[in-house]
Amino acid sequence: MSDILVSEQSAAGASGRPAGRLLEVDDLRVEFRTRDGVAKVINGVTYHVDAGETLAVLGESGSGKSVTAQTIMGILDTPPGHVTGGQVRYHGKDMLAMSFEERRRIRGEGIAMIFQDALSALNPVFTVGFQIAEQYRVRRGMSRADAKKRAIEMLDQVKIPNAKGRFNNYPHQFSGGMRQRAMIAMSLALDPEVLIADEPTTALDVTVQAQIMDLLAELQRERQMGMILITHDLGVVADVADRIAVMYAGRIVEEADVYDLYAKPAHPYTLGLLNSIPRLDEKGQELRTIKGLPPNLMNIPPGCPFNPRCPMAQPVCREKVPPLLQIGAGRASACHFAEELVNRD
Amino acid sequence: MSDPTAASIVGAPPAHQPTETGGPTDAGLPANGRQEKPRGLLGDAWRDLRRKPLFWISAAFILLFIVMAAFPSLFTSADPTAGELSRSLEKPSGHAWFGYDIQGRDVFARTIYGANASIVVALLSVLGTLLIGGAMGMIAGFRGGWLDALLSRIADVFFGLPFVLGAIVILTTFNGTGTNNSEWEVKGLVIASLVVLSWPVVMRLMRSSVLATKEADYIVAARALGAGTGRIILKHLLPNTLAPILVYGTIMVGSFIGAEATLSFLGVGLKSPVVSWGIIINEAQSLIRVAPHLLFFPAAFLVAAVLSFVMLGEAVREALDPKLR
Repeated sequence: MSDILVSEQSAAGASGRPAGRLLEVDDLRVEFRTRDGVAKVINGVTYHVDAGETLAVLGESGSGKSVTAQTIMGILDTPPGHVTGGQVRYHGKDMLAMSFEERRRIRGEGIAMIFQDALSALNPVFTVGFQIAEQYRVRRGMSRADAKKRAIEMLDQVKIPNAKGRFNNYPHQFSGGMRQRAMIAMSLALDPEVLIADEPTTALDVTVQAQIMDLLAELQRERQMGMILITHDLGVVADVADRIAVMYAGRIVEEADVYDLYAKPAHPYTLGLLNSIPRLDEKGQELRTIKGLPPNLMNIPPGCPFNPRCPMAQPVCREKVPPLLQIGAGRASACHFAEELVNRD
Repeated sequence: MSDPTAASIVGAPPAHQPTETGGPTDAGLPANGRQEKPRGLLGDAWRDLRRKPLFWISAAFILLFIVMAAFPSLFTSADPTAGELSRSLEKPSGHAWFGYDIQGRDVFARTIYGANASIVVALLSVLGTLLIGGAMGMIAGFRGGWLDALLSRIADVFFGLPFVLGAIVILTTFNGTGTNNSEWEVKGLVIASLVVLSWPVVMRLMRSSVLATKEADYIVAARALGAGTGRIILKHLLPNTLAPILVYGTIMVGSFIGAEATLSFLGVGLKSPVVSWGIIINEAQSLIRVAPHLLFFPAAFLVAAVLSFVMLGEAVREALDPKLR
């Protein structure tokens, strides 16, 4: 009844390539069973990423972006998390049905992840170099000396100055930006095909943010990786992403090519997000916001989950859940009035 | 004015040179490369320890006590059990440095020979306590769920037993009057009762440490990079949870030397003619007003040994914490 129509393959990418996708998330459903009730955190998320492209997953806190990533990586805390449906296909094989060992081998070598806070994601008792070299020793069976050489190369690739000298430093001796670089080096050490970056720049200050995003974009191009960039920062997305998927209350509400999305958003939520970016040329104006709060995931309102906050809401929005439908080449929107939105003015 | 500036300009380049020449000359410097192998936690801790006088002093004392325990005849030629009543309660002299006890036995020799029982019992009990408590705590904390509940309740049961009472019950059952255990059997029983009654403390310490650490981002990150369960436990959890356990362990050595002495004092632990510091102190305490030196010397050894282990623990703790480097 409230199903999003996955069968339509509506979320076809801008590249329009046929099957044989690198990584596909297909109608994924995750809920958290807590003492207070069941929170439906992900309600049928479908997206994919191909080699050499960057998909940005955009959404506010609690929209389910990170939980989707955690489910892909298999690092979701269970309990309370439960995957109740859907598939995560890597090279066409459903990872959720794989054995623990099979999945473990994909981690790091097939799909790797960058965490938000690099300081807490690096083991404080080992040197940065050791933690990178460890992967080569364990996964590639290299000798200590070879592993060290490769680790220094990796540190060099992420543009850590004096990589050789920094090899024996501990995480706390690195600055915030350096730590994130080291984290990137660690994630890319085994040449993964897909890199999931979960808000990689949130913990950094603005100037460093730009450097890290440039670095990520450059590495992604060089290695022709598929990258899933999870963020709530529209500014970050514009430069780096090829496609954008906007999430709200555990659903994809819009998916589009980055230019289309910025030019003509096809969902009122996306429109609201774009309007709330502060602009330098409109000084002295009040900051525009989206009124209201994201819904309580234990009690998602009937109909379109965005309807209580939507300026365009009609009676139909309170009754029918809008499916994610294709509304043009490589773009999809889950709004009853998507056509009107795109075609206005 | 220009001199300091010039000096700083001259001083700066050498610091940068390794950066610029690091890559190309890498292969040409095998001797240098050997030194710069990736170091682990213990390697760095050792480098740090080597610079600490506190470590060297306590280590020297501990080494002295261990040699004393292993080869007491190196320190004295007197027989610790041979008593000559004519010398009873003689004061310290050049011949017998610590004097003679009430039965005319050489107190210096007895103190030296007593190190063996005290230190062997204390070290082995600490080792056993750390292994059992640490393993149980790691399993309970890492696995969680019903296993955690079960192990924690078992620990609670043992934790509820009063230490001295529990040891008395165990030792009087297996080592009561009329039993004819050898010296090593008695030592084994004392060790076993200390381990059985102390592991819950280490288990709780380890469990809480693991619980706090296993949710850390770097453990999740290690999982996300495909590290196996064994590797996560041994390489990522253990080093981060070890520090409080090691510190507690070194302090425990001291308190177990005292506990062994307590049990000997109560007559349920080691018994004369076996020599231990506890037995010597026990025998001396009733004569404290007549011959205080009988109590003073073995007690001083006991205190020195306990203090050395506690100091070592402090030095090790500092060395294991990278943030203090």
